[in-house]
Amino acid sequence: VDLTASPQEQAFRDELRDWLQANHPGPEPEGDVAGFQFRRDWQLTLHEAGLAGVSWPEAYGGRGATLVEQAIYNEELARARAPSAANILGLAMGGPTVIAHGTEEQKRRYLEPILSAREIWCQGFSEPEAGSDLASLKTRAVRDGDEWVVTGQKVWTTLAHHAKWCMLVARTDPDAPRHKGLTYFLMDMEQDAVQVRPLRQITGEAEFNELFIEEARIPHANIVGGEGNGWAVAITTLMHERATLAFGLQIRVKITLGELLAEARESGASADPIIRDRLAQLYIESEVLRLGALRGLSAIMRTGVPGPEGSLGKWQWAEVNQALTELAVELRGPRAVLNDDRWTYRFLRARANSIEGGTTEILRNIVAERVLGLPRMR
Amino acid sequence: MRFELTDDQQAIRRTAREFLASRYPPEEIRRLAFDDERGFTDEQWTAIAELGWPALVVGEDDGGLGLGVVELAVLQEELGYALAPTPLLSTVAAALVIAARGDDAQRAEWLPGIAEGGLRATVAPDGDGLSSDADALAGTLQAVPDAGAADLLVVAVDADRDVVVDLRGDGVTVEPADALDPTRRLSTVRLARARAQPLRGAGSRSRASDTVAVAIAAESVGVAQRTMEMAVAHARDRRQFGQPIGVFQAVSHACAQMLLEVEGARSAVLYAAWALDAAPDEAPLAAAMAKAYASDAGRRVPAAALQVLGGIGFTWEHDLHLWLKRGHANAATWGDARSHRRRVADLLAL
Repeated sequence: VDLTASPQEQAFRDELRDWLQANHPGPEPEGDVAGFQFRRDWQLTLHEAGLAGVSWPEAYGGRGATLVEQAIYNEELARARAPSAANILGLAMGGPTVIAHGTEEQKRRYLEPILSAREIWCQGFSEPEAGSDLASLKTRAVRDGDEWVVTGQKVWTTLAHHAKWCMLVARTDPDAPRHKGLTYFLMDMEQDAVQVRPLRQITGEAEFNELFIEEARIPHANIVGGEGNGWAVAITTLMHERATLAFGLQIRVKITLGELLAEARESGASADPIIRDRLAQLYIESEVLRLGALRGLSAIMRTGVPGPEGSLGKWQWAEVNQALTELAVELRGPRAVLNDDRWTYRFLRARANSIEGGTTEILRNIVAERVLGLPRMR
Repeated sequence: MRFELTDDQQAIRRTAREFLASRYPPEEIRRLAFDDERGFTDEQWTAIAELGWPALVVGEDDGGLGLGVVELAVLQEELGYALAPTPLLSTVAAALVIAARGDDAQRAEWLPGIAEGGLRATVAPDGDGLSSDADALAGTLQAVPDAGAADLLVVAVDADRDVVVDLRGDGVTVEPADALDPTRRLSTVRLARARAQPLRGAGSRSRASDTVAVAIAAESVGVAQRTMEMAVAHARDRRQFGQPIGVFQAVSHACAQMLLEVEGARSAVLYAAWALDAAPDEAPLAAAMAKAYASDAGRRVPAAALQVLGGIGFTWEHDLHLWLKRGHANAATWGDARSHRRRVADLLAL
């Protein structure tokens, strides 16, 4: 056990701090269009400094950073309150999936525009009737010469209204067992056969969309990982989502908790013994989350792949973030009935944490079956 | 950055796991708990001393092995996993306080003996109700672990004064107390003008105290791990409604929750142990977090495991209750979860 940074890790951290101090673009402008353009510009700035996709191989525009360095990267960006990159799904999921399963040609074609945010990515997995039971999805792809013709509906598609590419899982063999008949495509969103409709959520914003796909066409060359292999490729994407995004998320929790602790000190709320106990427990849980993420990194560095244990972190993160925002709203007392510019939004947004990226119930199933070896329900 | 055990630390774990499994099968734990007056045998103590466990965290200058708190935590987790009845932890705790608070002469008097296993010692949970004049102590100490088998007793008389009492000396009476956890003997120690030697060194008590808290927390991780394994094995084997009960999410999700708490407690303990070894500024907060989180896990996981086991888990015959009782006893020892959360709040300046 050694939690000190190596000289190389410390140098990387120092370099990032200096760079962020010199290049931080300031606060994000209001509004979806202006905000998105701002994040897009920010990502290009990162990319030009070689700081987008730091863990990707150098040959594809990354800098071959170790996972620990990637964690440091996420930590420093969060600490500097840097804006998020525009192409988060391309960076965290699409790129790593292409790197793991794509052909050389695909790597040359898709990776650089992900890094520069020239092409935004979205993820077409969930459907109205295939949520947690993802393998039951019904979107159909039928071969037509060198192309596939796709018809179906997708939902909860973050960034679809900005996206050029969609990581689409569709059924290519309706007769195969349900996990086997799926294929992972990269679908061009810029065609009339794909209609995007925003979904307004309880916060009032529309981060998500519905996709209506009516005979969209995808070249055969846009299959990733081979026909019929879509389930395995999709799992790679999801494991990367839980392993990589989770690391950034736990840091954000710590920053948000820091704000709550400061407010509770200032208002005197932390003098109440019950509130004090709850704040201390939240702090402990946020630390346990951080430490679990660090242990996970060490394990991935040894084994090379994110394991099912990553599910624990995502599950626990949702619980901590929900409990923390609930307490923050509670501490506003009777004023909690008024919308507050920070906590009300965070409290409402946190309700999705235990659903998005794998519901807590599905994560518990994964832990029970794949880590503890309990018998499968299905 | 490497947050996992080194090869050497894994070797300590393997040795401990094998030794404890072979020497402390469930029938032996029960025999020691319920039929042996002292709760361990000389032969067992000698074997433990030969493995160097009492010497583990004693400094090399004091006749010990001078290993770190991470190594101690690894060993303690295994002792909790095996539930081996032994006065080792009490002796290690006393050695830590003597090493921190004793002067050179006092360290030389006691620590080499403790390290080679010839001396056993313990620490009183608190010095409440004692009165002292000059170097004599009077009063009653409750729930002192392993005092019946110890030679020395360390007591914190007040915040900055620790004394050592010779338990074989005049004015000392040690009576067995009725303990919740039958695998760790507790005593009532009555002192009537008993001679007490103040520890005269200049060192602070807090690192020793945090180390003991982390050692107990590590033991609770082992307790939680073992009871989780009992629950998981039962959920795989036990069939109802024509299938193993582990297919039911009410059962499997309870088991997943156990893993969440076990792994969380293990992370907190390993971090605190590392901080005590290598990052002293972080250690007080880390130790308080570890003891708070592991105290809760050590109570809750065995309780949840009992629920998964159903009626059989409530019987005397099933071994689960032995671990459950240790988990509860540990949670109440060396500061409970709430008091450590209070410390966390203090350290965060809340």
